[in-house]
Amino acid sequence: MTDVAIAAPVAGRSFWGDAWARLKSNKAAMISLFYLALMAIVCVVGPYFVPHTYTTIYADYVRTAPSFSAYPKADMIESALRDAVKRMRVDVDEWHQDGDRVFVTVEASKPVDERSARYLDRSDTFHDTRIENKSDDGRKLTMSAAVKQQYFLFGTDNTGRDLLSRTLMAGRVSLAIGLLAGIVAVAIGVIYGATAGFIGGKTDEVMMRIVDVLYSLPFIFFVIMLVVFFGRNFVLMFLAVGAVLWLDMARIVRGQALSIRRQEYVQAAEALGVTRGGILVRHIVPNLLGVVVIYMTLLVPQVIILESFLSFLGLGVQEPMTSWGVLISTGAKNIGTANWLLLFPAFFLVSTLFALNFVGDGLRDALDPKDR
Amino acid sequence: MLLYVFRRLLTAIPTLFVIVTLAFFLIRVAPGGPFNQERGLSPVIQANLEAQFGLNDPLWRQYLNYLNNLLHGSFGPSYNMPDFTVGELFAKGLPISIQIGTSALILALLLGSTLGVIAALNQNRKTDYGVIALATAGSTIPTFVIAPIIQLVFGLSWKLLPIGGWGDGALINKVGPVLTLALPQIAIVARLMRGSMIESLRSHHIRTARALGLSEWSVVVKHAVRGAILPIVSYAGPTAAALLTGSIIVETIFAIPGVGRYFVEAALNRDYTLVMGTVVMIAVFTILFNLIVDVLYAFVDPRVRYD
Repeated sequence: MTDVAIAAPVAGRSFWGDAWARLKSNKAAMISLFYLALMAIVCVVGPYFVPHTYTTIYADYVRTAPSFSAYPKADMIESALRDAVKRMRVDVDEWHQDGDRVFVTVEASKPVDERSARYLDRSDTFHDTRIENKSDDGRKLTMSAAVKQQYFLFGTDNTGRDLLSRTLMAGRVSLAIGLLAGIVAVAIGVIYGATAGFIGGKTDEVMMRIVDVLYSLPFIFFVIMLVVFFGRNFVLMFLAVGAVLWLDMARIVRGQALSIRRQEYVQAAEALGVTRGGILVRHIVPNLLGVVVIYMTLLVPQVIILESFLSFLGLGVQEPMTSWGVLISTGAKNIGTANWLLLFPAFFLVSTLFALNFVGDGLRDALDPKDR
Repeated sequence: MLLYVFRRLLTAIPTLFVIVTLAFFLIRVAPGGPFNQERGLSPVIQANLEAQFGLNDPLWRQYLNYLNNLLHGSFGPSYNMPDFTVGELFAKGLPISIQIGTSALILALLLGSTLGVIAALNQNRKTDYGVIALATAGSTIPTFVIAPIIQLVFGLSWKLLPIGGWGDGALINKVGPVLTLALPQIAIVARLMRGSMIESLRSHHIRTARALGLSEWSVVVKHAVRGAILPIVSYAGPTAAALLTGSIIVETIFAIPGVGRYFVEAALNRDYTLVMGTVVMIAVFTILFNLIVDVLYAFVDPRVRYD
């Protein structure tokens, strides 16, 4: 008997299937893709799991160093306690700690109002205050309060806000701006460039001269003018940033559209009587898509940098909302006293930019039809 | 050649004119003015100030006035720094920005192209990957992250450099700003040089040079590098213009009194004359350096002729 294996029919891979297979074999790009997905999930979901919100101010924990162990540290209890007692306008007679509760006896020249015990609750360090004992003349009061355990994994900022939740919120903003402004820029660029490339002739000439003129203006001037017009508005920032970055896209798409239109297969389709719309959908758009996808992945890091740059200058996202640029700018001003304010946000921003770059490079290699 | 330079300088005039016009009207349509910021001047004082600087004239007259002054070499007074004219501000700040920018440019060109050549000669070996990794890092990390990190590491931890300040131009004060400005450029130049050098090493004249038995040094330095340097030259033009006109990030973080800070400050304060002055300055530098690059082309590449 012969055992001829029946060969399965060779399935041709589609353009995108092929690109995906090649992207999958690129280790750096896949790790980066995974990292980006993780970063997006952590930034979107993370703030719900951090016990502090990004706006809560902890007056007792201003510029607290990052730590895996719980705050308050032993030496911080006394100062927090004395701060709270000072607000009651009484003097500390004696205090000691017993387990997770502190006991404090205060003394004053006049009888102590029991309601002043609430000052202990108001402090970020204590809660569940109870009156333990009161002397007969009312001038001595013994209270006890439980010590609140707090974790600040990334430390806190100048006003005592938790840096972890702020970094994650900032990530949301930076990633969202990157994506949205990227889409705005690509949309304007593709429509503008494709129109110029298709219509050609005089229209093309005029449209491209406009792009040239916009190019010749200093880039920062352009951005600042947009910020000046639109105000320091969060959503309009997307549009402003996107509206600045479409120029390259328009040029690239126009060039591509011009060259694709002259390809033989387009001429063949025209000769066969395919309609203009048919050619557009079947030939032009799919061929443009690769370039657009590559450019988009390279654009997103640019947008994030631009947004951070604007926020760094104080023109971008406004307090209490935050972005990586805002955090890095505060960090840069406090490197002498609180370097974690710079290091954590900088790490998040830079690692994201790296990952985006690797994904972009991987996509370029995967989508390049000449490189097979 | 001289005729070519002359012709190019002539064509620069309409370009400058368009840029000046566009910038003039763009900054004017922006809401607000130099004297109605939050300080809240009394209306009478504000009106007097505006009258003094001719700001209540019709816009077209102001425009013609500005052009007239510009042609006579005057940028006008700065509205927000009333003791200075824009020209004086530039005279003080520009030399500082140029010093730092030139040092950064030279460092980037020398170090970047050397790294690029080394990477190209060791293509796909460890050295090459090292240079590529460095180039990726250099072009990915933004300046406003590099600058404070340099301050943190060299200034605060190791205490090698001052954290900031100009120090009347002491060498040690320039190291940080120059390094920050140069790093991204080193990365880009190294990448460009590596690419064009690989191509150049594959070309026929290099094969011929090798076949003739020239020394490796002579092949690489005299022939391959010369063929590979064109993209660097054309990149260096706009980069030089950008570096020499000052960087707002570097000047802000390192507290350098250059001209880089003026642009953003002036635009936000609607200091019209200072904004316009900065636009003109940047445009002039850009045009000038593009011209220099085109002239340099003829020296590097004998195929380019301007006769």
